[in-house]
Amino acid sequence: MDGMDTALAILVGTVRAGTPLVFAAIGELIVEKSGVLNLGVEGMMLVGAVSGFIATVLTGSPYIGILVAIGAGVLLSLVFGCLTQLLLTNQVATGLALTIFGVGLSAFIGLDYVGTPITGLRPIAIPVLSSIPIIGPLLFNHDLLIYMSVGMVALVTWFLYRSRGGLILRAVGESHDAAHALGYSVVKIRFLSIMFGGGMAGLAGAYLSLVYTPQWAENMTAGRGWIALALVVFATWRPARVLIGAYLFGGITILSLHVQAHGFDVSSHLVATLPYIATIVVLVLISRDATKIRLNAPASLGRPFHPGA
Amino acid sequence: MATSQLELKGITKRYPGVLANDSIDLSIQPGEVHALLGENGAGKSTLVKIIYGVVRADSGELRWKGEPISITSPNQARSLGIGMVFQHFNLFETLTVAENISLGIDADHDLKVLTSEIREISERYGLPINPHQHVHELSVGERQRVEIIRCLVQDPKLLIMDEPTSVLTPQEIAKLFETLKRLSSEGCSILYISHKLEEIQELCDHATVLRLGKVTATCTPRDETPKSLAEMMIGSELPVCKRTESAYSPDVRLALRGLAITSPDPHGTDLKGIDLEVRKGEVLGIAGVAGNGQKELLATINGEILSPRAEMIELNGEAVATSSPAARRDRGLGFVPEERLGRGAVPEMSLAFNALLTGNQKGMVSDKGFIDFAHMRDYATKVRERFDVRSDGIDAEAKSLSGGNLQKFIIGREIMFGPELLILGHPTWGVDVGAATTIHQAIVDLASGGTAVVVVSEDLDELFEICDSIAVIAEGRLSPIRATSDTDVEEIGRWMSGQFGEEDGADNHVAA
Repeated sequence: MDGMDTALAILVGTVRAGTPLVFAAIGELIVEKSGVLNLGVEGMMLVGAVSGFIATVLTGSPYIGILVAIGAGVLLSLVFGCLTQLLLTNQVATGLALTIFGVGLSAFIGLDYVGTPITGLRPIAIPVLSSIPIIGPLLFNHDLLIYMSVGMVALVTWFLYRSRGGLILRAVGESHDAAHALGYSVVKIRFLSIMFGGGMAGLAGAYLSLVYTPQWAENMTAGRGWIALALVVFATWRPARVLIGAYLFGGITILSLHVQAHGFDVSSHLVATLPYIATIVVLVLISRDATKIRLNAPASLGRPFHPGA
Repeated sequence: MATSQLELKGITKRYPGVLANDSIDLSIQPGEVHALLGENGAGKSTLVKIIYGVVRADSGELRWKGEPISITSPNQARSLGIGMVFQHFNLFETLTVAENISLGIDADHDLKVLTSEIREISERYGLPINPHQHVHELSVGERQRVEIIRCLVQDPKLLIMDEPTSVLTPQEIAKLFETLKRLSSEGCSILYISHKLEEIQELCDHATVLRLGKVTATCTPRDETPKSLAEMMIGSELPVCKRTESAYSPDVRLALRGLAITSPDPHGTDLKGIDLEVRKGEVLGIAGVAGNGQKELLATINGEILSPRAEMIELNGEAVATSSPAARRDRGLGFVPEERLGRGAVPEMSLAFNALLTGNQKGMVSDKGFIDFAHMRDYATKVRERFDVRSDGIDAEAKSLSGGNLQKFIIGREIMFGPELLILGHPTWGVDVGAATTIHQAIVDLASGGTAVVVVSEDLDELFEICDSIAVIAEGRLSPIRATSDTDVEEIGRWMSGQFGEEDGADNHVAA
């Protein structure tokens, strides 16, 4: 039974470690599908993490913390939106600047909160279902955000491929000139996408500081924002594959922790790189079909839109 | 007189440095096919963009069915019943036909209902299309059908067609005209933009001629001749290209032997065993509908795509199919790509530096690797003078030139290197009549000086005017080569849809 418990712990840990990536990547997926490349995910996650944490400390409610984190992510993404969509700055440079800014800002405002203890989000056991052996703890005994993250992937899939709004969003990402000529407001649609991406990145940060760890430490995202960006590309902009990739990353993160705990004599730094390498390798291997990539990649990704030309 | 469907009064639009539309009047009756005729830069596009709500006029009045109106967006234009088929299609390649059409409709609708509507319209107007296909799988002609159906599902009262035939085969054009005539008989007005005069005579009831932003004439095209229409359009007598007697020698300058490559572009066309020979002093034209392997053929001859075996391309008898573009240039190849900006010239660089781009092997760079600026500037100046390139000196940025002037510069640059073989892709695409004539004359003169020339073009009139012999490329295969005098538009048009028997292809050499 001991082995079974370990396996179960690994699986539950997998979902928890993967969830921040699910949020961040699904948000960025929408942003990129609209044709915008926002490299500021890491920065928005950190600002979300720290502001959510502080709000929780001050109010005592992690749910308020979550809302504040989302708001902070949206706010920061608006800066990116104004710069790239209205002032037509370069998206790559602006995104990088946003990350650097977010790293610094979060460290600054979180200085007094390093090591502060909080009560994080508690799992919600779904009555009856959660008491089923194995399946219960695996599927029905999680915190609210995990249910939300899976729901969000389903919602985004439905939105992109079943709703008119999603069709317009994909059209804008495919060819902003054609969309503009048909009378769609490219800038407005992109702004909304960027804000969604910001909110999701903030939420991803909040998951780290309120649930996963739960505490605030400087630079606690540890590159997960970058992995989320890579996930979107290597998952060829398909939501379901983003979910697979995120859990893959989570799974290997947890596995490597267990490997270290069992005292294998491998450099811990080397082990820590495993999730990053393995996730990318696997996603590349399952998404090699050139036609599929062409069909899913937003053709005007990262290209600035000059209306009226 | 009945109320006009659309009436324009004194429409004026000014862009920095240019008066695009100068107080334009125009009126279209219900069911009328009205031609808007003019050269590139005459202001046709600006005018239709104003009608379609993409651009706002500075002053002037629009009346729709007699009511003054201001059209502020394409959505509003569509809800009034104005549909537009753009010259450069506004389609989304990765979406299906039905999704593309759905995006052009504002009202709430169900995609399934729309799909059956598309089927019905496509049958009624003879526009066969599969609603579930992705647009990137469609030919250019099919894409245009998608654009037309997108307008028709909204039951338009006015349909604007911007140079619709520039990408079609003669047979496709005939079918399009049937569709348009049927529409006009049902009361839909059509504003037809073109500079192809025969088409306008066949299709249009009235014509408004624009030149430099002004209306210079209105007429009934059927009462005019192509010559008189052209003169209204360019404001002077139509220049003609003087052909010299073709007298080419038997020396083969370029030979393709079973040239077969796989296109690096997943949506491109593979070349399937192309054989041809071009002789000293010969102008060979390669016709075909866009997307049938022209891009690949040009890139393969130029060396941007390398072939699997060196013998597949012979330049002056040397096997070069695996050599770099620079090595081929050393052996006397000149090349004018189909895209002027970005491939033929660097948009942000001056004309002088653009001359250096292909001239670096021709003495503009010293053995030690330093640029010989005097030589470079001298060369650019000579090209500019000889080919009548109208620009602000040789330090003007390439992108500041009009299409025709930049093309004259690029072609002139290649010609003055004295190539033994010159390959041109769509040399007069989007170029006005005057510049086109200059270019045609330069090509013909070059050939009479002994250069072998290959012209890849979709413009059949152009090919019949300047070529000694003609072939067609369709789905990556080359038709038999015919002497221009032994074939006609009808046969070439049939070949363009891929119908040339294998038995015809046995002898791919023009009998001299």
